[in-house]
Amino acid sequence: MATERPHEGTNVTLAERAYRIRRHALLMGEVQGQGYIAQALGISDVLAVSYFHAMTYRPDDPEWEERDRFCLSIGHYAIALYAALIEAGIIPEDELTSYGGDDSRLPMSGMAAYTPGMEITGGSLGHGLGIAVGMALGLKRKNSKSFVYNLFSDGELDEGSTWEAAMSAGSYKLDNLIGIVDVNGMQADGASRSILNFEPLAPKFAAFNWFVQRVDGNDIDALVQAFDAARNHPGPEPRIVICDTTMGKGVPFLEQRERNHFLRVEADEWQQALKILDEGRVK
Amino acid sequence: MRRSKYEKPAPRQGGGLKTSAMIASLAGPDQRTKPAPFGHALVKLAQERPDIVGLSADLAKYTDLHIFAQAYPDRFYQMGMAEQLLMSAAAGMAREGFTPFATTYAVFAARRAYDFICLAIAEENLNVKIACALPGLTTGYGPSHQATEDVAIFRGLPNMTILDPCDAHEIEQVVPAMVAHQGPVYLRLLRGNVPLVLDEYGYTFELGKAKTIRDGRDVLVISSGLMTMRALEVAKSLAEDKVDVSVLHVPTIKPLDEATILSEVRRGGRLVVVAENHTVVGGLGEAVAGLLMRAGVLPDRGFRQVGLPDEFLDAGALPTLHDRYGISTEAMARSIRGWL
Repeated sequence: MATERPHEGTNVTLAERAYRIRRHALLMGEVQGQGYIAQALGISDVLAVSYFHAMTYRPDDPEWEERDRFCLSIGHYAIALYAALIEAGIIPEDELTSYGGDDSRLPMSGMAAYTPGMEITGGSLGHGLGIAVGMALGLKRKNSKSFVYNLFSDGELDEGSTWEAAMSAGSYKLDNLIGIVDVNGMQADGASRSILNFEPLAPKFAAFNWFVQRVDGNDIDALVQAFDAARNHPGPEPRIVICDTTMGKGVPFLEQRERNHFLRVEADEWQQALKILDEGRVK
Repeated sequence: MRRSKYEKPAPRQGGGLKTSAMIASLAGPDQRTKPAPFGHALVKLAQERPDIVGLSADLAKYTDLHIFAQAYPDRFYQMGMAEQLLMSAAAGMAREGFTPFATTYAVFAARRAYDFICLAIAEENLNVKIACALPGLTTGYGPSHQATEDVAIFRGLPNMTILDPCDAHEIEQVVPAMVAHQGPVYLRLLRGNVPLVLDEYGYTFELGKAKTIRDGRDVLVISSGLMTMRALEVAKSLAEDKVDVSVLHVPTIKPLDEATILSEVRRGGRLVVVAENHTVVGGLGEAVAGLLMRAGVLPDRGFRQVGLPDEFLDAGALPTLHDRYGISTEAMARSIRGWL
């Protein structure tokens, strides 16, 4: 039987996992020629720590009852989650080239009905945290030990529904809910904080009765520590890990693009990006 | 057109009727009623179905879910005045194998929480049962609370079953049928002291079935919800004028029982009237009209709609408003007499 913590007992480092997730994502991006690749590169370290340090699951049985649930509220980050699911062995690597194509199991925006390991349909932003609250309540009714992770973005902090869910999670003391906010600072129309100022963010969640941590979302050691603390926190609060990330992380010429919400990358630049990524690989 | 707010209304003789409480009873003065049929039916069913949970957005008391909450306090979830959360949390509970009943007013589900019902629930075909009080024109509080277009909104939503029961007798049967059905259901809920009518006709509810409650040669009324109760009264009234009225009750608005409706209209020789507690835009009337057109079945004595006008409706007392907008028994009888 396959292991339920596939990351344990291997010599593959989290840095290597993050590198591979970035590589899978770049290869998918190349298929489309454009897309949400800057977000994917930015969130890869968080996904590496989620899938290869924090979470319990069975790659060969994505609906195993005792798994930790990972909800992707930001549907357009699907490219990043597919990369993590490929690395985790839930989706075969050879499906990567079907990304965003007709009849693919890997559509541009994540949907539960399409993809093994995709727990919810995201994309209409502001849905994930509320659904995660319902799942966390349901798991408690079943006396389950599983956690619900919900990955959402700083842009989703604009949505009122996010705060309805945040208030209810605090009220219901959902200590089995771990929110992850990707603060990458960029939305469709420009810099996140220039659109609506959500700062100071940590005190907001604290005021909603959450256990709050804020970390550099591209620092794997800091993420490991934060996810451990989130899981092991003795208090009854829901847990939030606010992750400040850099769009395009790992490929400096993409990090430097200003309008990077939906990146257009020239045909010859994909190989260049892969080369730079490979050169920066930390074994 | 509404009167200008700067124009002082003339004093009414005798003062007129009062708006009364948010939810006025629909029952006539001598009508038999049952209290909270939805709440009691849910409590009964929940005894054998531990997967049933109840969620409300600060309206448990006004959707009869408080009966369930009192019987099963640990299976009731107060989600606060947050309808988007109500629907997404219900979706999450359904994902974990539970059968959630989510209750609020129809306006808040249809208008405020639609995106969440659409994507978190319907797109996934999740087993969430949405039970909403104040469907159509069942309160005098004005457009903020009158869900005159809820059916039009939900009819366009794939996977969603839409139920519009008539009375307490039917609601008691609807609750177990909703749970037996796999997938999302939207229930137009009558709550409080709900009239009891259909037991006298030996009626039984079947999801997806339209049923003839009484037969007649001159007029075929196709109706749902409380308008079936009205249609039966109209039939009695017109019988005094030797006008024979048939009443076909259609409690499942989606999926529509097309076969029964077509076979009733094909009998011919009858004026066809669709009666609904809903705007004439996008509800049962247009659903039936579209069906008849597609099937090439044209009623030989004409097709008419009894329903609410395409307007934001007035505030006021419910009997006044039902009369003003043509869905009281008297107004409906007048309309049909005029059409014959």
